[in-house]
Amino acid sequence: MAQMTMIKAITNALQTELKNDENVLVFGEDVGQNGGVFRATEGLQDEFGEDRVFDTPLGESGIGGLSIGLGLQGFRPVMEIQFFGFVFETMDSINGQMARMRYRSGEAHNSPVTIRAPFGGGVHTPELHADSLEGLIAQQPGMKVVIPSTPYDAKGLLLSAIRDNDPVLFLEHMKLYRSFRGEVPEEEYTIDLGKADVKREGKDVTIVAYGAMVHSALKAADELEKNDIDAEVIDLRTVSPIDIETIIESVEKTNHVVVVQEAQRQAGVAANVVAEIQERAILHLEAPVLRVTAPDTVFAFSDAEEIWLPNEKDIIEKVNTVINY
Amino acid sequence: MKHVLESVESQFEMFQVLNEDGEIVNKDDMPDLSDEELKELMRRMVYTRILDQRSIALNRQGRLGFYAPTAGQEASQLGSQFALEQDDFLLPGYRDVPQLIWQGLPLYQAFLFSKGHFHGNQMPEDVHALSPQIIIGAQYVQTAGVALGMKLRGKKTVAVTYTGDGGTSQGDFYEGINFAGAYGAPAIFFVQNNYFAISVPVEKQSSTKTLAQKSVAAGIEGIQVDGMDVLAVYAVTKHARERAINGDGPMLIETLTYRYGPHTMSGDDPTRYRTDELNDEWEKKDPIVRFRTFLEDKGIWSEEEENKVVEDAKEDIKKAIKEADNYPKQKVTDLIGNMYEELPVNLQEQMEEYKEKESK
Repeated sequence: MAQMTMIKAITNALQTELKNDENVLVFGEDVGQNGGVFRATEGLQDEFGEDRVFDTPLGESGIGGLSIGLGLQGFRPVMEIQFFGFVFETMDSINGQMARMRYRSGEAHNSPVTIRAPFGGGVHTPELHADSLEGLIAQQPGMKVVIPSTPYDAKGLLLSAIRDNDPVLFLEHMKLYRSFRGEVPEEEYTIDLGKADVKREGKDVTIVAYGAMVHSALKAADELEKNDIDAEVIDLRTVSPIDIETIIESVEKTNHVVVVQEAQRQAGVAANVVAEIQERAILHLEAPVLRVTAPDTVFAFSDAEEIWLPNEKDIIEKVNTVINY
Repeated sequence: MKHVLESVESQFEMFQVLNEDGEIVNKDDMPDLSDEELKELMRRMVYTRILDQRSIALNRQGRLGFYAPTAGQEASQLGSQFALEQDDFLLPGYRDVPQLIWQGLPLYQAFLFSKGHFHGNQMPEDVHALSPQIIIGAQYVQTAGVALGMKLRGKKTVAVTYTGDGGTSQGDFYEGINFAGAYGAPAIFFVQNNYFAISVPVEKQSSTKTLAQKSVAAGIEGIQVDGMDVLAVYAVTKHARERAINGDGPMLIETLTYRYGPHTMSGDDPTRYRTDELNDEWEKKDPIVRFRTFLEDKGIWSEEEENKVVEDAKEDIKKAIKEADNYPKQKVTDLIGNMYEELPVNLQEQMEEYKEKESK
């Protein structure tokens, strides 16, 4: 089995599906000859031609609308938003239009669009390049939001996203693009959307995380083990809709929960997880569910970035609080 | 550099075939339509005027929901639709229900759209269209995508969309025409300039002398047409369609028109921003009056024929509103069912909850 970085796994998935289905189109700003600013689409235009992999004019709203229109003509558009902080420019196409296409057409049409975008902090990008805005779209009925944490998951989830007939936002954490390699089969495989993954089994506390925070949670779990705390780490993988069954099953076993997100505290996903847990499993809890998040400020894109971002120490501290409650 | 702007503006003089007195003023561009086709155009305009009057009345009685009046805009709406083929794709704005109806959307479904029932959005199989867009510019960027899709598929069809004068101030207007232009996609972009974006007059909307000249910035063809002249609108649309399917790219068409009624029936009072003098001035340009004069002078239209259209329209509307009233009401479970192709767990649970609620 090949060892790949996450970015290679993503390129591999795009290549696989461009080969499989002639209706798949890959487009966005600089994705053609340049291969994308992160090189996610490197070599694809040479292989599949300019009708299948192409650059767009610089306009995110245009890219979103283009995707909807191409979807109406039976294509499976895979659009790239160059940095997720630019998503505001096309929020109407995503939350206002794609999400309601099935209603607007009385189920005659859907929007089989995959929106790929790099996001997340810790790589010292300029302002409005690194924001964790997944909560904005996770709160929109009609959209699915997927965030892989490993190269293996990235390929399997991206193939599922492209094949899904509903619109899927696929967010790629910039810090994970090249920070490590993992095993990725060359052949195709899919991972169901909406299914969480238990990345580490444990019996004392459940740590729910997604994206880069899965790795912080796993590091925290290794540290906690030294103090005889056995943490289970759940990777949501899809943050909308949430796989609440997997979480509740874990909570019933561990009775303690910490939910981790890189985004600001008021930004949605973790709050939703906490609400679901308290509605469904309050009698299994031995302590309040705590959250590890960034503070409710704009993203601290320069000097304060490292301290602003949640890390494994923050997770360990919260786990100790719930365990010793 | 003022002369640059002046030279651009001078290219956008209003195109007209039939003047206010019903006389052909531009023989060279008179469209090649048979007497039967000319009468069909008239029939559609008269029918649509009656539909508008009845829809306003039905709205006041509480039997319709959202409604944006169309009287005054018949030539712009129906002249353009008459030039389309059945396989063309329509992306209308919220006032563009008449084009959908003449493209084949049954009247009772148009009424259901007004009531917010999703069956009103279900186009018959041979009607290639989305239901009317509520956001002002969204249909413009989507049209670029539909048109590019047609080009990639090698189809000989066009994507057609409409917005108003206010719509040209939206960023999506520019992104839509720019994208379609960059791809040489077969799109026709209509701006129905009815002079008011709710209450704001077009001269406060933009400092451009015409809206058609905005095409220059996107590098596409643009033209300003007398939107009260059904023959001019038809001729220009036919031309735009032919050049688009021949690979000559998109076109922006500004029609100068006027809505006699309020912006929508949701509380707008046009007396706050328009004078009687202005309304009178525009009523003199009425598309139905001038076309009637033209057809009567040709000896192919009569009062009797027109009365028959009016009676037919009233009869159809009566039947259609009855059908819409009797159509099974939309349920919350219907809405839950059409959010995703397969229900995720949260919606499966909510489906059960609302099934029970609705069974009581």
